[in-house]
Amino acid sequence: MAPDALIEARHLYRYYGEHCAVHDLDLTLHQGEVLGLLGPNGAGKSSTLQMLSGNLAPSRGGIAIHGIDLLEEPKAAKRHMGYLPEQPPLYPDLTPDEYLGYCARLHRIPASEVEAAVRLAKQRCALDEVGGRLIGNLSKGYRQRVGIAQAIVHTPAVVILDEPTVGLDPIQIIEIRDLIRELAREHSVILSTHLLPEVQAVCDRVQILVAGRVVYDRHLQVLEAAQPELFVVAFSQPPQPSQLAALPGIKGAQPLGEGRWRATFAGPHGIDALVDAAVKRGWGLRELSPERLTLERVFMDLVYHGQGAGQA
Amino acid sequence: MILTIARFELRRMFYSPLAWTMLAIVLFILALLFLVLMENFLSLIQPRFAGREGAPGVTDAVVAPLLLGAAVIMLAVSPLLTMRSFSEERQNASLSLLTSAPLSSTELVLGKCLGLTGFLVIMLALTALMPLSLAMGTTLDWGKLAAGLLGLGLLTASFAAAGLYLSSLTDTPFIAAVSSFGLLLFLVVLYMSGRSQEASSALFVYLSHFGHFLSFLEGLFDTADLAYYLLFIGTFLVLTIRRLDNMRLQG
Repeated sequence: MAPDALIEARHLYRYYGEHCAVHDLDLTLHQGEVLGLLGPNGAGKSSTLQMLSGNLAPSRGGIAIHGIDLLEEPKAAKRHMGYLPEQPPLYPDLTPDEYLGYCARLHRIPASEVEAAVRLAKQRCALDEVGGRLIGNLSKGYRQRVGIAQAIVHTPAVVILDEPTVGLDPIQIIEIRDLIRELAREHSVILSTHLLPEVQAVCDRVQILVAGRVVYDRHLQVLEAAQPELFVVAFSQPPQPSQLAALPGIKGAQPLGEGRWRATFAGPHGIDALVDAAVKRGWGLRELSPERLTLERVFMDLVYHGQGAGQA
Repeated sequence: MILTIARFELRRMFYSPLAWTMLAIVLFILALLFLVLMENFLSLIQPRFAGREGAPGVTDAVVAPLLLGAAVIMLAVSPLLTMRSFSEERQNASLSLLTSAPLSSTELVLGKCLGLTGFLVIMLALTALMPLSLAMGTTLDWGKLAAGLLGLGLLTASFAAAGLYLSSLTDTPFIAAVSSFGLLLFLVVLYMSGRSQEASSALFVYLSHFGHFLSFLEGLFDTADLAYYLLFIGTFLVLTIRRLDNMRLQG
């Protein structure tokens, strides 16, 4: 096992009857890392997180949290973990103060330290003002914060968040993302989402799940660094594909329809050559914009076009 | 840990109007029943048996029927309490708070059961105040009263255990309430059919929890009855624990 791995899951399988929801999944979470599990709905993200949080028994495979086997010693392993399910486990008839106090007690924080733990969790999740109101009367964004506060009140090493921003308005989403980034300073975080920008905004590393399998596992920095010279070009009088391909410095051009092309250049001189040719031959250049190889393209390729895994 | 859950469950019951409404209604009905029984005792029973040896006293004529009435009301009321324990938590998706905390299923179930029992004990204690108030004006048969209260306590604890199990089976609180009410009523009917003249059956009488309660009301403290209740409660608690463990396997 890797020295700084906080969660180490090996060969996880989960069957629901005949249906295989998670297939041979390996997952490692390192110290101080934010890992995003990305995938379309039904890809097995929630099942994976439920297994990691000890709420669902894997059909096969092993999970270790902080080096403790979750299946053999669930009580010891769960002490190092905070979990926010898809629907936050709240009691609407309590106030956040009462609720967080109970959560702290459930995680075996000594009675004398409960108050301090609750105060800290409230402060970190910006809940100070609503501590005395009923959870049932809070807005959805605040409830989500109470849910996150519940997951960190015992300062666990690992925080598992299942779709933490689902159903929130754009401002609340930004606030929760800031909060997650803030959490990442002290905790290692796994979060699941089907939103690509979310992964780009908060994660260090991404695993893409499709139909229960990991098809992509990279650091986001690697992804950003590995982009070739990709441009989208558009013409009002589009040339023949052969004319484009014949230009010096163009490695390839892929038609996108309506006079638009995705062109790969060998270097800056290729761009000059293209602009030059467009002016001379009257193609009518309308657009020339760099295309970053975004996670979105990787995701679309993997999920919808079924291209080979990790062809970044 | 068990106590933390139990205390929380008990406190949460009093946060909602449910516990207060339930206490108010149950006590109001029992107080009325108590009044009727007293009235009956003073105007009919006492004059008839005055001066006779071995005549039924106030404990037999008032306290025992009152406790029986309390048992019948609890039979109707306790499913409403137990349905909250697991069904409502599953419906609100709040059960995962407990299942992802460092707790075993046993601690969880025992905590919940203890919390429920705590509430039932409060209800029982308030009910017991009525017969106790009689002690100011007359002498009570303390042994009989204690046996009756113990029996009622065991009976309601068995209601709680059975309701807890049925509530862990479904995530619709209404179904949990109806099915546990059904089970409790079925056991009463079992007693009645076991006692019927044509088809009397000692087995049916033994199986029903009501029969065991009646002997407590007569002032009989039989360890067999006590063992019956402990077995009944234990069985349902073990079933609930197994059910919770199973939920993790099935998902």
